[in-house]
Amino acid sequence: MPDTDGKGERSMHEHNDMLQENLEQPIIEVIGMHKWFGDFHVLKDINLKVIPQERIVICGPSGSGKSTMIRCLNRLEEHQKGRIIVDGIELTNDIKNIEKVRAEVGMVFQHFNLFPHLTILENLTLGPIWVRKTPKREAAEAAMRYLEKVRIAEQAEKFPGQLSGGQQQRVAIARSLCMNPKVMLFDEPTSALDPEMIKEVLDVMIDLAEEGMTMLVVTHEMGFAKSVADRVMFMDEGQIVEQNSPQEFFDHPQNDRTRLFLSQIL
Amino acid sequence: MITGSNTDAAQMKPPLRNIGVIGWLRENLFNNLFNSLLTLVTIYGLWLFVPPLIRWVFIDSLWFSSAEACRDIEGACWSIIPNNVSFIFFGFFPEGQQWRPLTAMLLLFALVFYSKNRKHWRQSLAIYWLLGLIVMGGLMHGGVFGMPVVETAQWSGFPLTLMLALFGMVGAYPLGVLLALGRRSKLIGIKSLCVVYIELIRGVPLISLLFMSSVMFPLFLPEGVSFDKVLRAQVAIILFAAAYIAEVVRGGLQAIPAGQYEAANALGLSYAKTMRLIVLPQALKIVIPPSVGILISAFKDTSLVVIIALYDVLKTTKVTLSNPQWMGYSSEAYLFLAVLYFVCCYAMTSYSRRLEKELHAGH
Repeated sequence: MPDTDGKGERSMHEHNDMLQENLEQPIIEVIGMHKWFGDFHVLKDINLKVIPQERIVICGPSGSGKSTMIRCLNRLEEHQKGRIIVDGIELTNDIKNIEKVRAEVGMVFQHFNLFPHLTILENLTLGPIWVRKTPKREAAEAAMRYLEKVRIAEQAEKFPGQLSGGQQQRVAIARSLCMNPKVMLFDEPTSALDPEMIKEVLDVMIDLAEEGMTMLVVTHEMGFAKSVADRVMFMDEGQIVEQNSPQEFFDHPQNDRTRLFLSQIL
Repeated sequence: MITGSNTDAAQMKPPLRNIGVIGWLRENLFNNLFNSLLTLVTIYGLWLFVPPLIRWVFIDSLWFSSAEACRDIEGACWSIIPNNVSFIFFGFFPEGQQWRPLTAMLLLFALVFYSKNRKHWRQSLAIYWLLGLIVMGGLMHGGVFGMPVVETAQWSGFPLTLMLALFGMVGAYPLGVLLALGRRSKLIGIKSLCVVYIELIRGVPLISLLFMSSVMFPLFLPEGVSFDKVLRAQVAIILFAAAYIAEVVRGGLQAIPAGQYEAANALGLSYAKTMRLIVLPQALKIVIPPSVGILISAFKDTSLVVIIALYDVLKTTKVTLSNPQWMGYSSEAYLFLAVLYFVCCYAMTSYSRRLEKELHAGH
């Protein structure tokens, strides 16, 4: 165990250097973003800068707007005020820009949302073939590589309904990876899973983090936040209340609401 | 000892009174006093009704006789069918040319049969159909390879029924899917257009549409311009069936969870690709049973074209019955028609059931 810790620390150090270098060109920039559902003000003045390779964990009570916020980043939800710039493209009503951004931003959902009428392999190759125009065989080869990476290659010909929840979520992660995204958004990826399956999904996410993927993760898995995140963000009532390095965040929370939340879940 | 008795118990047969014929009878027909009574009444009813029916249909009946011979019998005179088969099936299609609609129909059956196998659902299938349609059209209309031209006014009987139903459905399905998508559109203009269309069409009977197509529609056309009557009836049937299909497909679309759209969007798929690759394949599979229901009613509704003086298979049968020689044998003729319609409709339902099972196999 100490061995892996040492290695983790060293790579962490390199990782931080890398972040310093990337500081000037954020991959995602959100400036003064607001969103309403009808009259309900879900997101209030969100400002956020994500630099390449950064790992951000977003937590907060339910209804705090954390899912809505990351869903705004690939325009699954529309924001009404402020600016969102992803990979140099501002999200507006221009559908072509939206599709461009979505192709570069992978998303993993709480309920997996695999396509039940397609095999696992077809689920994975659909995006590359139809969006990226990758030749079929090439797409299938890449898909098999990613399935191996999430340790599920032997299920390639099955249908989603034949897999367990944990397996389905790993397939969903592989499906996003097949698009070679620059950023991955995770919307409570383990909340719908049985306890014994959470670990297999988190392990895949940790692998991904170690390879330098830029990740925004909405989760209640505080262990994951502690070991993987560069920054932990606490949201409540549509605002980012507090953000800090995991160590500071968990050991010295500044805000009362953060303290209350942490006391409830830890 | 205990283990021994357990194995015995596992292999023991159920008591005799619960299995076999007697068991079945006890279980299903005589399990209490009221049901026993019902069983007896039913048996009595069958005994009254079935033997005379069998005598009428099979024993006292004539199958291949002249009309005169039928005058002296008590049973059914099935001879009306073989004696008039060419008129019932092909109506006013000129004598001596009737091999043409027959070949066209056989070709159609062959194509339908070939299309049944899902392995054949490839691009080549569309080409076969296109070729088949050209050949069928050529056969029916003539004017090529020395075949005399037969105007559509003379197309009648069973080929007309089949044509109106099949092309009605083939035309109505895509239109219905578009209408369903339009009705769910966020664009107010498209949405209201589709809603108005669907509700208008569903609000009137098919007969009124057929009337409009044959009586009103020509009034709006400039002098000298006219559309073929069969084509107009065909269009009316397509427009009618499309409105119903739209509502059925809309039901299927509503059954697709929002997560499917979101996942497709998140991959960067456009609206059209999301629909084509993700949503419609799932939605259309759900609506196979009600779609087949519409197909069946469209098939039967084609008999309404008599109202605009088209001679479908029902009308040609009626004409046969108005022949003094064969007057009075309407039970036989209509029974024959009923069997004909039933065979076609049953083929459709049984295929839809098979398709449902096949498409469900994977997940």
